[in-house]
Amino acid sequence: MGETVQKPTVPEQAGAPAVESTAGDREPLLEVDHVTLRFGGVVALNDVDFTLYKGEILGLIGPNGAGKTTCFNAMTGIYQPSEGEIRFRGERITGKKKHHITKMGMARTFQNIRLFPEMTALENIQVGADAHHKTSVISALFRLPRHRREERDGIEKAERLLDFVGISGRMHDAARNLSYGEQRRLEIARALATDPVLLCLDEPAAGFNPAEKEELLQLIRKIRDQGITVLLIEHDMRLVMGVTDRIVVLEFGKKIAEGLPAEVREDHRVIAAYLGVPDDDVA
Amino acid sequence: MTSVREWIDSGRHAVAERWHNAPRWMRWAVIAAVIVFFYALPNREFYQWLGPIPTTGSNFGQVLFTVSIYVLLAVGLNIVVGFAGLLDLGYFGFFAVGAYTVAVLTSPSSDLKTLWPWLLALPVALVLTMVSGVMLGTPTLRLRGDYLAIVTLGFAEMIRVAATASDFLKGQRGFNQIPHPPGSYSDGKPIFGVLDPRPYYWLVLTLIILVVIGVRNLNRSRVGRAWISIREDEDAAQLMGVPTFKFKLWAFASGAFIGGLAGALFAGKQNFVSSQNLELLNSIIILAAVILGGSGNIVGAIVGGGLVAYLIERFRGIEFFGVELYEYRFMFFGLVLVVMMIFRPQGLIPNRRRAAEFKDRRKEVIVGG
Repeated sequence: MGETVQKPTVPEQAGAPAVESTAGDREPLLEVDHVTLRFGGVVALNDVDFTLYKGEILGLIGPNGAGKTTCFNAMTGIYQPSEGEIRFRGERITGKKKHHITKMGMARTFQNIRLFPEMTALENIQVGADAHHKTSVISALFRLPRHRREERDGIEKAERLLDFVGISGRMHDAARNLSYGEQRRLEIARALATDPVLLCLDEPAAGFNPAEKEELLQLIRKIRDQGITVLLIEHDMRLVMGVTDRIVVLEFGKKIAEGLPAEVREDHRVIAAYLGVPDDDVA
Repeated sequence: MTSVREWIDSGRHAVAERWHNAPRWMRWAVIAAVIVFFYALPNREFYQWLGPIPTTGSNFGQVLFTVSIYVLLAVGLNIVVGFAGLLDLGYFGFFAVGAYTVAVLTSPSSDLKTLWPWLLALPVALVLTMVSGVMLGTPTLRLRGDYLAIVTLGFAEMIRVAATASDFLKGQRGFNQIPHPPGSYSDGKPIFGVLDPRPYYWLVLTLIILVVIGVRNLNRSRVGRAWISIREDEDAAQLMGVPTFKFKLWAFASGAFIGGLAGALFAGKQNFVSSQNLELLNSIIILAAVILGGSGNIVGAIVGGGLVAYLIERFRGIEFFGVELYEYRFMFFGLVLVVMMIFRPQGLIPNRRRAAEFKDRRKEVIVGG
C-alpha cells in the first residue's frame, strides 16, 4: 500500500540453518535473533529466535503467560531485549524510538483494545495516517496547502480503510461507542493507516463468536493479499491453523516448536503445552 | 435533584443539537452577534440597559479588561491541559515571564535602561516565553500525571521567588512606568492612556479572536489529533507513529506563547509589574476556569475563564447582612467547584467529540426512518 521503500538486501548467510522448509530463499523481513528479556529475576523471553519472511502469515502461539505479547512489545520498542537483537528490514531496531519503528513499517494492535476512546473512528484512523504526514505546526496554524492536501489524503485513506474493515457506517462515532467487534476492526484499520509492511495482530479474535472469527479470517487474508506480512498472536488453534503459513510456539518464554501448521499440531511438546501431560509422563 | 439535572441536560442537548443543525450562515450570524456584543459591552450607553450585569464596585471597563486577560490565559492553558492532557499547575509562570520581559526591557526602573517601546518588547517577550516553555518542558515532559503537576507547580514558585528575591527583578517594589501600546487618535491623544481601560479591552478582545482562530486551526489538524491521542493513550499514540515528546513540547510552547502574550498585555496596561502580581492562586484559578468551562473545548475555556474572572469581580462592593461578599469570593468559588465536580465533572461545555455524537444520532434517525 503505497510503501515503496525497499529493504537493503542482506547478503544471504552461507550455511544458514535450513529449518524453514517452506520459506526457502524468501526474503527475511523480521529477525528475532536470540532475544532474552529479563525483568529482575523473571525471564520473560529466553533465547527466542525466529525469522519472519516477507508475504507470509506467521502465527505466534502458546499458552497464557508464554511471552507472546512480551515478544510483541520487544519488537515494537516498548521493551529493550536484555540480550540478542531484533532486525526489521535488515536494520537493527533495538533501542529505536517507538514512533520511528512504526514509520519503518511495523504496525500493531493490542490484546486489550487501546483506541483513542473520545476520538471518532475517522480521527482514530487519521492519527495512524498522520504517521507519514509532514505538516508542521506552522502550516497547520495557517492552513497552508500542505496541511490541506495531507488532511484530504488522510480522510480519503481513512474512508477507504473503514470500508476495507467493514465499519464505514460508524465513521463519525466516538470510538468508545463502537461495539466490541467494531473496535477490534477499527484498531486494525488504524494500524493499516500507518502503511505497514508488517502488521502484528495481538489476539484479534479474543471474545469473538465463530461467525465473527470467520469474518476476521477473511479480513486477515485480504490484508495479506495486499502484500502486507502478518504476525498473528492467537489462542484459538482452529483460527491459527486455518490462516497461518507457519507457526512459532512459545512456552514459558522459550520457543518450543516452529514449522507448518500441520507439523506443529502433531508436535508432542506443543500438545503437552496446550493440554498438559500426566505427572508421571514428565521426564 | 435528578429531575432538575435531567431537565437542564435535555435543555442543553436541545440547544447543542439546534446549533449543530443550523445552517452555516446562521451560525456565523450568531458568532458575529456575540462578537459585536462583546465589543459594545464596555460602553456605558450600552451596558446601562443590562441590569445587574455591570459591576457596581469598580469600573466596568477595567473589570472587562481583567476578564479578557483571564479568558486569554484559559484558552492557552486549555491547549496544555485540555488537548494534550498535561496537568500544568504553574501556567501563570508564563504570564510572569511575558510581563517581566516587557518590564525589564521598557521600564526606566530596570537596570538595563534599554527603554524600549512596548511594541518592540512584545515579540521578544513572546519568544522568551516560548523558550521558557521549551526549557521547562524538555526535562519535565518525560514525567507523567502527578509528577508533571508538581514540577510545573515548582516552576511557577521559582519564578515568584526569583522575582521577589532578585535585585535585578526589583522584588515587591517592582517596575514602574512601563510604556503603553502605541497609537493615537486624530486629535493627538493616545489611544492607550491611563484613564480609559476600554481600548485595552478591545485590543485583548481582538487578540483573543485571532488566538482562537489559530488554536482552532491547530486543533483541527494533525497537531490537534496528536495532542488528543496523547491525552487519550500516550503509549498507543507513540506506537501509531506520533512523536509524542515533540508534540507535548509544542503544546507547552503554544500554551506558553499565549500566557506570555497575556502577561505582556497586562504589563502594557498596568504600567507596573511587581512580584505581588504572581500569586500561586492565579495558576489555580485559571486551571479551575478551564475545568469549569469544559476541558478540551475552546468555547468551554472561554466561558470558564470569563465566568470565573467576572464572578470574582462581581462580588466586589456587594454587602450582605453587613458582610462584604468579596472577602468570601474564594469560598464561593470553591463551593461552586465542588458542586460542579459532583454534578457535572465534564464542565459546562464539554469537549467537541460530543458534538459529533449528536450529529450522528440524528443521521441514524434519518436513515432509520
